[in-house]
Amino acid sequence: MAELLRLEQATIRFGGLTAVNAVDFAVNEGELCGLIGPNGAGKTTVFNLITGVYAPTSGRISFGGRDLRGLGVDGIVGLGIARTFQNIRLFGSLSVLDNVRAACNLHRATAPGHALLRLGAFRRDEAAIVARANELLEIFNLGRFRDAPARSLPYGEQRRLEIVRCLATRPRLLLLDEPAAGMNPTEKTELIRLIQQVRRQFNLSILLVEHSMRVVMGCCERIAVLDYGVKIAEGTPDQIRTDPKVIEAYLGEDHGSSLAHH
Amino acid sequence: MPRPHVALLLALAAAYGVSHFPGGLDPYLLDVLTGIGINIILAVSLNLVNGYTGQFSLGHAGFMSVGAYLSSAVSLFVAPKLVGELSAAGEVTQGAVFLAALITGGFCAALAGLFVGVPSLRLRGDYLALVTLGFGEIIRVIFQNVEILGGALGLNAIPGSTTLTWVLAVAAVTVFVVHCLVDSTYGRGFLATRDDEIAAAAVGLNPTRYKIVAFVVAAFFAGVAGGLYAHFKLTITPTGFDFTRSIEIVVMVILGGMGNAVGVILAAVLLTVLPEVLRPIAEYRMILYSLLLVLLMLLRPQGLFNFPARRPRG
Repeated sequence: MAELLRLEQATIRFGGLTAVNAVDFAVNEGELCGLIGPNGAGKTTVFNLITGVYAPTSGRISFGGRDLRGLGVDGIVGLGIARTFQNIRLFGSLSVLDNVRAACNLHRATAPGHALLRLGAFRRDEAAIVARANELLEIFNLGRFRDAPARSLPYGEQRRLEIVRCLATRPRLLLLDEPAAGMNPTEKTELIRLIQQVRRQFNLSILLVEHSMRVVMGCCERIAVLDYGVKIAEGTPDQIRTDPKVIEAYLGEDHGSSLAHH
Repeated sequence: MPRPHVALLLALAAAYGVSHFPGGLDPYLLDVLTGIGINIILAVSLNLVNGYTGQFSLGHAGFMSVGAYLSSAVSLFVAPKLVGELSAAGEVTQGAVFLAALITGGFCAALAGLFVGVPSLRLRGDYLALVTLGFGEIIRVIFQNVEILGGALGLNAIPGSTTLTWVLAVAAVTVFVVHCLVDSTYGRGFLATRDDEIAAAAVGLNPTRYKIVAFVVAAFFAGVAGGLYAHFKLTITPTGFDFTRSIEIVVMVILGGMGNAVGVILAAVLLTVLPEVLRPIAEYRMILYSLLLVLLMLLRPQGLFNFPARRPRG
């Protein structure tokens, strides 16, 4: 299995606070990895480092062998890393279809000027994009909401749409930031199925930040555990479940009990 | 032929037809119609920035003044050297000179837009309002102090090249360009930037670039509108393009319902006609005008012409 994403001694400091401290971690091609840790452990900060929202204070992050430093958020998406947000960020006033269309711009075949000329090439390009967006929406059962403003969608559908929007950028690695937040057990089961479907059907690697042990243990092949910005463990779900350091980190938190139950 | 192009051609034909109106139009009506046309250009172009892209620019009159001054400079100082006395030249030459003057004014305004936009559009929200406000004031002070452009007295005896046909044609082109830009997959990026910049970047769009494009295109058309205005009023002064002029244009955009093309056009018409209609009650005119604005904002904060649920085309 080829290595896709690699963090080497990735570190970021905000003033006196070291939010992520010398983290080494890799995601292989086609792998489904989890990143867990107590609240404030630095999981989302790791996402922000990978996606270029923050530049690491020191250390190196590379994707497919290429250093990501200085590429900018949109440049990194262009390389094939897409993400969702902990607090869903859709284009609320745009229709469901337009949310996906906006994300298709990376693979637009015609230059912006074509929007004025509207020659054959432009119309074919637009038709192909709309067809592709519709196809994605159908795969994830969002077709019936096509013309509705994204903000009017039920919560679960908004989560799904955010994932569909990611897929429209044709990623090789998908970063999911707490996709199960606010979901009930039935919805979580549904989500695990969705994540596995996405990986299979779109042939990608997934890195999952999640609080719900059920979701992480239920679908990840490898899990890394962060605590106070430091990676304290890495391994298969079974290894993580019994790791004394992990149990200690979670002790006193709600998740300590949910971990022990597994 | 694509639908927007058909509409553009029809509008251009109509603009041409106006110049052949039998017996000509009443001068007062002509005056009002020209004012409406210029305001449509200004409002529709500003709508690209304040409406579709969700930025708050308060400097549209500043860009208008750049276009007004530079296009007048072309007509007054450059053209006579190239083609001799304008009034003696043929109709085609006059038209070509005017077009060149308008485009020069537009490009200079666009350049000013780039100059202001690149550093300030990286910032979010209120900062842009402040920077553009400052720009409007700076540009006014500059024109007040440049002797060759008339200083505080402004420029006089600008050739009266602006006709209703020119104004309506430019208005049609402005509406066409803004509509076509926004109504495309590329154009979804303006709206995405407005709704959520962080999410826009996360799907591979460059919000800063979108904002700059919107800003520069809008500045271009504001510059052209300024050129039309100068060649219509025949005299311009720096104070004619002050802060209140910018506010007027912003009000049109808000009243029309930010990002609603038809609404903004209607608002431009309404806000040009309203002061004229209120002319008989001269001294209370501005009070009533302001009162109407306050009422409209209270009763229809979403914009006068913004109606819910227009099904987007797939």
